[in-house]
Amino acid sequence: MTAKKFFSSPRRVLGYAALVMVTILWLVPVFSALITAFRTNDDILLNGFWSLPRQLGLASFKDAWDRGGLSRYLPNSFIITLPALILTLFLSSLSAYALARFRFRGNRLIFFLYVGGMMLPFQVLMLPVFRLTDALGLYDTYWGLIAFHTAFQLGFCTFLLRNYMRTVPGEILEAARIDGCGEFRAWWQIMMPLTLPAIAAVATLEFTWIFNDYLWAIVLLRSDKLKPVTAGLAALQGQYVMDWTVITAGALLASVPTVLVFIFLQRYFIEGLTLGATK
Amino acid sequence: MTRSRILSRLTPYLFLIVPLVIYLIWIIGPTFYTFYLSLTDWDGLSTPNFIGWRNYLKLFRDPVFYTSLKNNLKWVVSFITIPVAAGLALAMALNRNIPGEKIIKASLYSPMVLSLVVGGLMWSWMYHPASGLINSMLRLVGLDVLAQGWLSDKNLVMWAIIIVAIWRQVGYVMVLYLAGLQSIDPSLVDASKVDGASGWQTFQHVIFPLLAPVTVIVVVVSIIDSLRAFDLVSVMTRGGPYNSSSVLANFMYIEAFNNYKMGYGAAIATILFLISLVFIFIYLWRILQTEMEY
Repeated sequence: MTAKKFFSSPRRVLGYAALVMVTILWLVPVFSALITAFRTNDDILLNGFWSLPRQLGLASFKDAWDRGGLSRYLPNSFIITLPALILTLFLSSLSAYALARFRFRGNRLIFFLYVGGMMLPFQVLMLPVFRLTDALGLYDTYWGLIAFHTAFQLGFCTFLLRNYMRTVPGEILEAARIDGCGEFRAWWQIMMPLTLPAIAAVATLEFTWIFNDYLWAIVLLRSDKLKPVTAGLAALQGQYVMDWTVITAGALLASVPTVLVFIFLQRYFIEGLTLGATK
Repeated sequence: MTRSRILSRLTPYLFLIVPLVIYLIWIIGPTFYTFYLSLTDWDGLSTPNFIGWRNYLKLFRDPVFYTSLKNNLKWVVSFITIPVAAGLALAMALNRNIPGEKIIKASLYSPMVLSLVVGGLMWSWMYHPASGLINSMLRLVGLDVLAQGWLSDKNLVMWAIIIVAIWRQVGYVMVLYLAGLQSIDPSLVDASKVDGASGWQTFQHVIFPLLAPVTVIVVVVSIIDSLRAFDLVSVMTRGGPYNSSSVLANFMYIEAFNNYKMGYGAAIATILFLISLVFIFIYLWRILQTEMEY
């Protein structure tokens, strides 16, 4: 529809104006952080938030990166997120295949365990998982956090991939089996390539979720040098309590990876959300 | 039974064994173990001693428990009304080609991409009493009386935090409704227009009823998300001032990990779990229904 035709009635114009207002309102917190991060703390304290900046600069970003520790926290986030993401995708594609492809005793019960588990409140897992990582010698290591994320995300990933795999026609796999193809080869060489769109969607979502986790990072890690960026930012807030330019700069830097993923993979991100809820 | 038949019967279990064992050990088992811990006096270090229902009796007399419960209820009620209505309205508005559609959608989705910690910090700064955007703006236009300590007033603080959660939730609800709208057969909408129904009547009698399955999922997921609420409270107020913004998840964390009353924390977690269980069952029941349609 052309813009001219769209704005044919005054009601449409009003509605559109309201929509644009809402959109701008939604971005206000981000603008507020951006405006702050490029200024100096003294400038804001002396002249107020709504004053013309005396000077703009990257000093706050540098502060957050070096003294604030983001140069450590951000790499930690990747060290935790990437292995957990790969492990959970690999393992859930196995269980999803079993649940989508075979009829066997307990199929539905196991499926419901996965789906029910993904909706649990985290508090009900916190103490036993804390104890378990401690007993396994994984408390305060990257691997404790990686293991937990891998296990927890199995629920959602299995749910989504299993639903997607059920839409693949059984004849394709049947034909492969008659040709003497083993089940593991059928899973890897036939099912996995066909499931790639769903895997891309799940991977995009899961990257964002694991990267943005805060609760488990503070439960399973104690050392500052291991903290991912979410827990690091919370620590930064305590340290720079009077200097919001550094805190907002840190918050913006911390968001760069997930924002980039969103910008480039928005389609998959949205697909993942809809696949998860409408099946 | 021949060897190959046994093998083919075992196949699904071979695929399942590793992920399922991991899931049982890390997720399903702990749920039951928490219930056991709630019957002990565990402090995180020494061996837990069994003390029966004492943690629960103490919990039911703890005023912070009731404050938290009330705050979770506020969260739930806000979550199943405001973001659902706003998300649906926005989905209706954006379910056609309009100028700037992509930018508008991306802006509304963007809070979902930021972590709750980042969202909480950005809003804490907006709420800042002396130099934050909101109070500065109010003073600039001469509405000094409305400038508040948004996070330090015990009557306002919970709502101030819930607004941040709503800001994040609207985009999510919108995504689900947009997908739902796309699956509606356009001929049904056209038929109702041919019959002379107004836009609102078509929405009320045709579109909204057809979206019912989406609405059920949105409401259930919103309730479960509200019961999980932790990050925003932890980053913005830690439940203060004087526990006025405490929610169950945060209350549990503080009792268990700051006060080392892990048995007591387990009792709070168990109550939280029992409340969630109702909605988990509704969700599973919904899924079972769609499974039957296959």
